[in-house]
Amino acid sequence: MADALWLSEFPEMERADLRAIRKALDGAYRDFSRAYGDQIESFFDPLLSLLIGFEHLLLTTPWWLVILVISAISYLASRSIKLCLGVAIAFFAIGYFGMWEDTMQTMSIILVCTLLAIAIGVPVGILMARSNRLQSLLTPALDVMQTMPAFVYLIPVVMLLGIGRIPGVIAVIIYAIPPVIRLTNLGIRLVDKDVLEAATAFGAGYLKRLTSVQLPLALPTIMAGINQTIMMALSMVVVASMIGVKGLGQPVLKSITNQYFTLGLLNGLAIVVLAIVFDRISQSYAHRSQRHLQRAQHD
Amino acid sequence: MTEPIIRIKHLSKVFGKQPQKVMPLVRQGIHKDTLLAEHEHALGLRDINLDILPGEIFVIMGLSGSGKSTLIRHFNRLIDPTEGEIWIKGTDITQLKNKALEQFRQQHLSMVFQRFALLPHRTVLDNIAYGLEIQKVDKPKRREKARYWLKQVGLEGYDAQYPNQLSGGQQQRVGLARALCTDADILLMDEAFSALDPLIRAEMQDQLKQLQSRLRKTIVFITHDLDEAVKLGDRIAILKDGILVQQGTPEHILHNPADEYVEAFVQNVRR
Repeated sequence: MADALWLSEFPEMERADLRAIRKALDGAYRDFSRAYGDQIESFFDPLLSLLIGFEHLLLTTPWWLVILVISAISYLASRSIKLCLGVAIAFFAIGYFGMWEDTMQTMSIILVCTLLAIAIGVPVGILMARSNRLQSLLTPALDVMQTMPAFVYLIPVVMLLGIGRIPGVIAVIIYAIPPVIRLTNLGIRLVDKDVLEAATAFGAGYLKRLTSVQLPLALPTIMAGINQTIMMALSMVVVASMIGVKGLGQPVLKSITNQYFTLGLLNGLAIVVLAIVFDRISQSYAHRSQRHLQRAQHD
Repeated sequence: MTEPIIRIKHLSKVFGKQPQKVMPLVRQGIHKDTLLAEHEHALGLRDINLDILPGEIFVIMGLSGSGKSTLIRHFNRLIDPTEGEIWIKGTDITQLKNKALEQFRQQHLSMVFQRFALLPHRTVLDNIAYGLEIQKVDKPKRREKARYWLKQVGLEGYDAQYPNQLSGGQQQRVGLARALCTDADILLMDEAFSALDPLIRAEMQDQLKQLQSRLRKTIVFITHDLDEAVKLGDRIAILKDGILVQQGTPEHILHNPADEYVEAFVQNVRR
């Protein structure tokens, strides 16, 4: 009987061993965060002041001016009165239902996260398009970042930096950055080889080819990546509220623990509104910047 | 005797993982198919020697797969040779490093492509000015020059259009204007008129001849069409399977075809 036990029972590792491994890893990481946590935290100070600055700006500006500016931006991006009016009404409703402050906080965190994700993601995508080796190294890493349950990111970030805005921002960026990296890489790789060859033939160097051919032609794809990144950041904001990120996520969290369905729904809808606004603005901008490609083909 | 402006010496190109390794076989004259089947390397060009004189239209002709597009891409090193020398205006460009090569392309070479290869997100005018933009010529100056060339190719007033609003023939005129706008004296034309329908093609050929009678550029013209070769070429070289089988004036080739391959070409020419 004893011989055949491994057939019916999974040959598990000894519990004591597993515990030892976990303890060793956690302990090592804890020691690391105790030793370097402060330095790393101060490294992120500029990020914190940027975030607080944005938040302050959005909250101190009178509400009607904020609505006006957002509507104006959506008009400039899309040239559509309908979208512009819809945005104004949606934001008015958000304020009317008492979610203005939370929404502004969420918006500032999304703006900061998106800007950082673009600032990091686009260059990484460019490098990735340049080197097949880097691509084959980064692709699995991006897969892990996208599929790992979002909660798991929160643990090491909180251990290192405690709870608050900065760890929230970092977790959101890690979760949301893969699409912009992936699609920048893809967009550049899909650029028409003939056009690129023409640029080379006229003596363009790497940078000139990048700025005058590759990036402009890849722009629609890159914009699609940015759009997805924004959407993922928005969905992560709720999760990030668990580690003290202020904004629309917190009432949602509160609603879950207290079974407040209406409160949860309203805040959820406010997130949806933000998502739609960001989505439409970025989509129609990408669409409009490619107008010349959509015109009827001359034959 | 005028000095050749382009001189190709013993140029060979092999595609594959380790081209240098199979070069001895290539030099011994291994057949293209054997090289591919037994050594997994594709023969692009074998021992090409050419002299091109300043101010002539030199046509390189061959069927698809004969290596003509590979050959023209050696003139500006869009493709690097496996072996051989490429002398242009007294410089062996195979020896140039990146920066110097970019400079050389900007100064001396321009190119027209079979599928136009215009920048779709730029207006016609900015497409034509692209070569000068790479050379960092300032905007008013390059636009003025681009406008001049736009007029020369007969597209006045199309400045602000985008390439895909134009017909194929018009797009290729833009391609030609872009190439002429840099004032490079060597013009490489890779099947430049092959994608156009016959009437437009004939029109473009006439326009090229007319421009050439004034400009006196050195033009390397690739085509698979002997009619076109005879019409445009001062001299013609015929490529087959990466080997140069014959070169000479159109009359010479029409009257003394070197082998059946050339003969087959010649028979299809309307006289």
